[in-house]
Amino acid sequence: MGSAITQFQIIPLQYYILFCSALFSIGVIGVLAKRNALVIFMSVELMLNSANLLLAAFSAYRNDPAGQIFVFFIMVVAAAEVAIGLALLVVVYRSTHSIDIYKLDRLKW
Amino acid sequence: MLSHYLFFFLSAVALISAMMVLLSKKPIHSVLYLTLTFFTLAGHYILLNAQFLAVVHIIVYAGAIMVLFLFTVMLLNLNIEGEFPKSTLMKFVSAIAGGMIFLVLIGTLKSFEVTTIGNPELTQIGLVKNLGKILYSDYILPFELSSILFLSAMVGAVMLGKKDKN
Amino acid sequence: MQLISILLLVFPLLGFLTIGLLQKQMNRNLSGILASVAIFINFCLSAFLFGYVISSNQVLEVPLFDWIKFADISIPFALTIDRLSALMLMIVNGVGLLIHIYSIGYMKEDESVNRFFAYLNLFIFFMLILVLGSDYLMLFIGWEGVGLSSYLLIGFWFKDHANNNAAKKAFIMNRIGDLGFLLGIFILFSTFKTLSIIDIADKASMMHSGDMTLTIVTLCLFVGAMGKSAQIPLFTWLPDAMAGPTPVSALIHAATMVTAGIYLIARSSVLFVLSPLTMNVILVVGAVTALVGGLIAIYQNDIKKILAYSTVSQLGFLFMALGLGSFSGAMFHLTTHAFFKALLFLAAGSVIHALSGEQDIRKMGGLRSKIPFTFALFIVGTIAISGIPPFAGFFSKEVILTAAFEHGTAMGVFATCISLLTTIYMFRLLFVVFFKPAGKDFKPAHSVHESPKVMLYPMAVLAILSTLAGFVQLPKLFSETQGFDNYLAPIFATANGLVAAPEHGLSVQTEWLIFILPLCVIALLVFYSYQRFVNAKELTPATGIEKVLADKFYFDEIYDFLFVKPIGFLSDFFRQAVDQTIINGFVNAIGNGTLFAGKRLRRLQTGNVGFYLVIMVFSVIAILFFNIIL
Repeated sequence: MGSAITQFQIIPLQYYILFCSALFSIGVIGVLAKRNALVIFMSVELMLNSANLLLAAFSAYRNDPAGQIFVFFIMVVAAAEVAIGLALLVVVYRSTHSIDIYKLDRLKW
Repeated sequence: MLSHYLFFFLSAVALISAMMVLLSKKPIHSVLYLTLTFFTLAGHYILLNAQFLAVVHIIVYAGAIMVLFLFTVMLLNLNIEGEFPKSTLMKFVSAIAGGMIFLVLIGTLKSFEVTTIGNPELTQIGLVKNLGKILYSDYILPFELSSILFLSAMVGAVMLGKKDKN
Repeated sequence: MQLISILLLVFPLLGFLTIGLLQKQMNRNLSGILASVAIFINFCLSAFLFGYVISSNQVLEVPLFDWIKFADISIPFALTIDRLSALMLMIVNGVGLLIHIYSIGYMKEDESVNRFFAYLNLFIFFMLILVLGSDYLMLFIGWEGVGLSSYLLIGFWFKDHANNNAAKKAFIMNRIGDLGFLLGIFILFSTFKTLSIIDIADKASMMHSGDMTLTIVTLCLFVGAMGKSAQIPLFTWLPDAMAGPTPVSALIHAATMVTAGIYLIARSSVLFVLSPLTMNVILVVGAVTALVGGLIAIYQNDIKKILAYSTVSQLGFLFMALGLGSFSGAMFHLTTHAFFKALLFLAAGSVIHALSGEQDIRKMGGLRSKIPFTFALFIVGTIAISGIPPFAGFFSKEVILTAAFEHGTAMGVFATCISLLTTIYMFRLLFVVFFKPAGKDFKPAHSVHESPKVMLYPMAVLAILSTLAGFVQLPKLFSETQGFDNYLAPIFATANGLVAAPEHGLSVQTEWLIFILPLCVIALLVFYSYQRFVNAKELTPATGIEKVLADKFYFDEIYDFLFVKPIGFLSDFFRQAVDQTIINGFVNAIGNGTLFAGKRLRRLQTGNVGFYLVIMVFSVIAILFFNIIL
C-alpha cells in the first residue's frame, strides 16, 4: 500500500531520460554550431554532465551504487581533461592568436 | 509532489541556461550560464538522494572547472573578440543534427525495459558513508590510479602552459 | 651379406661427398684415383655378391629402414639382390670401374676434373639404387637420380651454351617419360596396395592375361622406359647428350643408364607378359626405333653422333627382344652391348683425344698407322657390334633373331635387316676414320698421338670382354646348355610360365639359315663399304632420301614445329593476354583504384574540425538509428 503511493509519487525514470537527452542534444548542437573552441568545450561539458546525471538516475532507481561510483570517476577524468584541454587551448591561442576552430585547418591533405 | 515540482523547475532552469550558454555572444556569459546549469544539476543529484555526488559535483565543476574556464577567458582576453560569424547553413545543419540525436536517444533508451527497483528518495546508496565504503573497498585501485591521472594531468598542463624558451 | 649390400651404396656416396665437398682443395690427380678406388671396392663387393647369388641360388633381401609409414601405407627402404640385379651390379660396377680409370687419362687436362669424378660417383650411387631397389619407388629414386647425374654430366662443360641446351633437352625429354613411370607407380599402388616388386609380381601372376589395369600400368611404365632408353618418340635427347665428355657418353649414354628402361621391363616381366597389347606396342616401337636409329646413323658425320644413333638403334633392338618375350635374350644383348658399346665410345674418345678434340669424321682418315692400339680396339668393337662370330655381339644377336624367327618369318627377316644396318654404319665409321687417306684440310692442333696407357688398358679389358662374353651362351646349334638363360631362369620363370611356349621350335635348317645368311650379307656389306668409303675421294654431300636421313628424319624440326613452337606460341599468348592483360591488369587495377580513391577521398580530409564533427554526429545518429530498427 505504502509502496504503491511512493510508486505513484516518485518521479518516473522516463522524465530523467527525456531531460538528459535534451541536455545532451543541446550540447551536440553547441559543438556543431559554435566556432569558438571555448564554447565547444563547454558544450562537451554539458554532454558529459547529462550522461552523468542519467547514470546517477539509473543507479538510484536500480539501487546499484556502481553507477554513482562511475559518475565519480567520470568527474575525476573530466577534471583532468578540462585542465589539459584548457592548457591546450592556451597553447593554440598563443600560436594562432585565435581560438576559432576553423583556423585550425592545417592538418589536411 | 514537491519533488515533482522541484524536478520540473530544475529541469526548466537547466535547459534554459544550457540554451543560453550557446546563445550568449560573450564567452564570459556562457561560462556563467554554464555554472548555473551545473548548480541545477547538483539539485538534481540531491533529488536522487545522491548527496555525495551533488557535493563533489559542486566542488569539481562549479568550484574548479568553471574557475579554470573563467581564468582562461580572462587570461586570454577572449571576451572582447565575441562570436565568430557562422553560416546559416551550418546552424541549420547542427539544429537538425541535434534534433535527430535527441529523437534517436529517446528511441534507443525507450526501447529498453526500464525497471525501477529502488525508490530514489529513500535509497541510501548515494550517501557519503555508503559510497565511501564502496569506494575504499571495491574500487580502491581505480581510486588510487585516478590520483596518478591527476598528477599526470597537472604535469601536462604545466608543461603545455609553460612558455617556450625559443 | 647384408652389410656388403649396404656397403655397395656407401662407397660411391662417400666418394661423391669427399670429392664433391673438397673439390676446391683436392689435388686434381687424387680425385680420379679416389673415385676409381671407391668403384673398385664396389666391384669386388659386387663380384662377391655375384658369386654368392650364383652359388646359393637365393634372393637376398636387405631391409634398411622404413621409409614412408603411415596408415596402411608402408614403403620400406630395402635392397634386393637376385640374379638380375647381381648381373646389373657387375655391369655397372665393372664397366663403371673401367671408365673411371679411363677418365683419369681422358680428363687429365680438364680444369674441373674433381667435379667430374664427383658426378661420376654420384651416378654410380644412383644407378646402384636403381638396380638394387626392392620396390618401384626406390627404383624411381635411382631413376631420377641417374637422370640428374646425366643432366649434370651432359652439361659438364657448362660454359658452352649448346651443352646446357643439350642437358636441358635430355632432362625435359626424360621428364615426359618419368611422368608415365610415376603414373604407372600410382596405379600399381592403388591396385596392389604395395610397391614391392616381388609382391606385385606375385599378385599380378594371379590375374588373367590382357587385364585392363595391367595394360595401362605396363603402358605407363613403358612410357617411362621410352624416355630413359631413348625410344621413338623420345629419343632425340640421346644424340644431343653426346655434348658431355666421352667417358660419360660411354658409361651413361651407352652402357648403363639408357639400359634402365630395359631393366625396368625385365624386372616387371610378369606384368608385361600379362598384357599382350603392351608387348606389341613395345615390339613396334622398338622395331621402328631400331630401324630409324640405324638409318640415321649411316649418314651422320660426327663420330659420337654415329655411336649415339647406333645406341638408339641397339636399344630399339633390345626393346624388340623384350616385345618378343625374350627377356633373357634382351638382358644378354644388354650385357654384351654394354661391353662393346662402351669399348667403341672409349675408342672414339681415344680418337678424339688423339686428334685434340676433333669429332668430324670427314676430317679424319688414315689413322690406322698413327694410333694402332686404338685402331685394334676399335676394330674389335666394330666386329663385336656387327655380329660377326666369335665376338660377343654375334651370340647375343643370334638369341634375339631366333626369338624373332620364332615369332614369325617376316619378323625374323625384319630383325635381321635391322641388325645388318649395324654393319653398314659401323664399317663406314671404321673405314672412314682409319683407312681412308686423310683429307687435305685436316690439320690437328698437336701431332696425332696414341692415348696413354691408363686409357688403353681399360679399353683392352673391354675388348677382351667383347670378344669372350658371348661364349657364356652358345647358340642352341652348338651347345645344349644355355648358360645365360639358365642363370636368369629363376627371374623370368614366372613370366615365361605365363605365356605358352611356341608350339614348334625352329627346325635345324632354319637355324643354320639364320646363322649363315646374315654372315654372308655382312661379308658383302663390309666389302661394299670398303669400296664405297675408302676409295671415294670425298664424302659427297647427301642428297634426296639421303638428305632426309642425314638430317635425322627431321625429328628435331618436327618436334620443334609440333610441340616447341605451339607451346612457345601458347606461352607467348598467355604472357600477353593472360599475364600482361588480365593478371597484371587486375593487380594494377587494385593499385590504381586505391590510388584513385585516395586522391578523391583525401578531399574529405578538409582540416575543418566543424566538418569532422558534423560527420561524426551524423554517423552516431546513423548507428543509433540502425540500432533501433534492428
